[in-house]
Amino acid sequence: MSKVAAELKYSVEHEWIAQDGSGPTTIGVSAVAADALGDIVYVDLPEVGSTVTAGETCGEIESTKSVSDLFSPVTGTVTEVNTAAIDDPAVVNSDPYGAGWLFKVEVESFGPLLSAEEYAAANGGEL
Amino acid sequence: MTENHTALYGEHQKAGASFTDFGGWQMPLKYSSELAEHHAVRNAAGLFDLSHMGEVWVTGPDAAAFLDYALAGKLSAVAVGKAKYSLICNVDGGIIDDLISYRLADEKFLVVPNAGNAVTVAGLLAERAAGFDVVVEDASAATSLIAVQGPNAVAILLTLVPAEQHALVTEMKYYAASEVTINGQDLLLARTGYTGEDGFEIYVPNADAAGLWQVLLENGADQGLIPAGLACRDSLRLEAGMPLYGNELAVTGHAYSAGLGPVVSLAKESDFVGKAALAAIKETGDGVTSGRRLVGLKGLGRRAARGHYPVLKDGATIGEVTSGQPSPTLGYPVAMAYVDVAFSEVGTALDVDLRGKAEPFEVVALPFYKRQK
Repeated sequence: MSKVAAELKYSVEHEWIAQDGSGPTTIGVSAVAADALGDIVYVDLPEVGSTVTAGETCGEIESTKSVSDLFSPVTGTVTEVNTAAIDDPAVVNSDPYGAGWLFKVEVESFGPLLSAEEYAAANGGEL
Repeated sequence: MTENHTALYGEHQKAGASFTDFGGWQMPLKYSSELAEHHAVRNAAGLFDLSHMGEVWVTGPDAAAFLDYALAGKLSAVAVGKAKYSLICNVDGGIIDDLISYRLADEKFLVVPNAGNAVTVAGLLAERAAGFDVVVEDASAATSLIAVQGPNAVAILLTLVPAEQHALVTEMKYYAASEVTINGQDLLLARTGYTGEDGFEIYVPNADAAGLWQVLLENGADQGLIPAGLACRDSLRLEAGMPLYGNELAVTGHAYSAGLGPVVSLAKESDFVGKAALAAIKETGDGVTSGRRLVGLKGLGRRAARGHYPVLKDGATIGEVTSGQPSPTLGYPVAMAYVDVAFSEVGTALDVDLRGKAEPFEVVALPFYKRQK
């Protein structure tokens, strides 16, 4: 799998967001981040109904080797979290842009985002 | 810092390893998934490059007497063909390194220090050799070290050893070593490791290391052998309750608080570097009846403690974590920590400050994991 998915946008903190136009926006972490973390064993996600703020921490991702804060790339209200990823965090490593999504937000405003090209360039990755 | 490469660096690149700096060496952190590598070692076998470790030969009529002086253990009491875990201390009793010494003949020992301390230890041994009839030779740069660890290690080794030597391998005791013909070459084979599993370590000249690595991987494939990196080596040794120099052991610490009192032979007649200081420390009870001592902690939640996190009792800091992570084998967070002896009894409920939030942990006996024999 390519490390950077072309159809997504990214934050500098390695979260991706899906730009699917209408409804809540899906957020996850990039394959670049998942690989750097190592095998993910625990994800702590914001609660449904809570407010997240762009650029602020809203959870954490823990691997065997290290732990990393999860930053929200957007401001808004959390509408859904991926309970499958909480139950089996390995899916974040195996399918970070698909089944390993983390949470969905009804967006009020976006933080600064990078295009896939910009994110790939900044992380030595390829599209 | 210079980044040294082992003779197996090319093999690791071919295998797609991601690398990390460890003790001044570019070492494979993992090849694919560190969890898969961890489980392979527990359930089948893993192949490790440990060539960053040091190898210092001590030979001569005074070899045993010299090591009795230079190290905290009684090396003169070690039988030929056996290994001993020991410490090299400074005059204050501080731990300069923990190391394994093999007695290969009456007057011949191999001392194996940690990668980051190899140069220091080799230098200190040479310095402390003054007045002894010994030769201290640092062979670290010319020697590779390959470990096969896991329940299938014996079966894998036997594929490379002539039938008449099979008993040498199968009957070799833990912490023993012998010269064995492996893949047609006479090499030093030791039944030692740092994973809590059965396994072997093979000392091989650099020029032959890649060939041995390849044939081990080929022959071991049927037995589930995969290359294993330092990430899983750390999780394996932590589960096995083994200290890591730089985490649990430091020059500012001493053997008694680290739970390594039995490694220090105050009873040996001869003097050794650090003996007076260690005798005085033992007298004070530091690390046993006062001060802090090393304990195992089991996390009651899902979040893991990490090195340097504060350990709390009723909100007050009473210790510090030295190593910690989620245990892949046990399925809960494990950690080692220095805590005030008053809170070091097994069963004591403590908290660890996990980035601002106190999470419950409990003092448990080490090791966390012990293999079924």
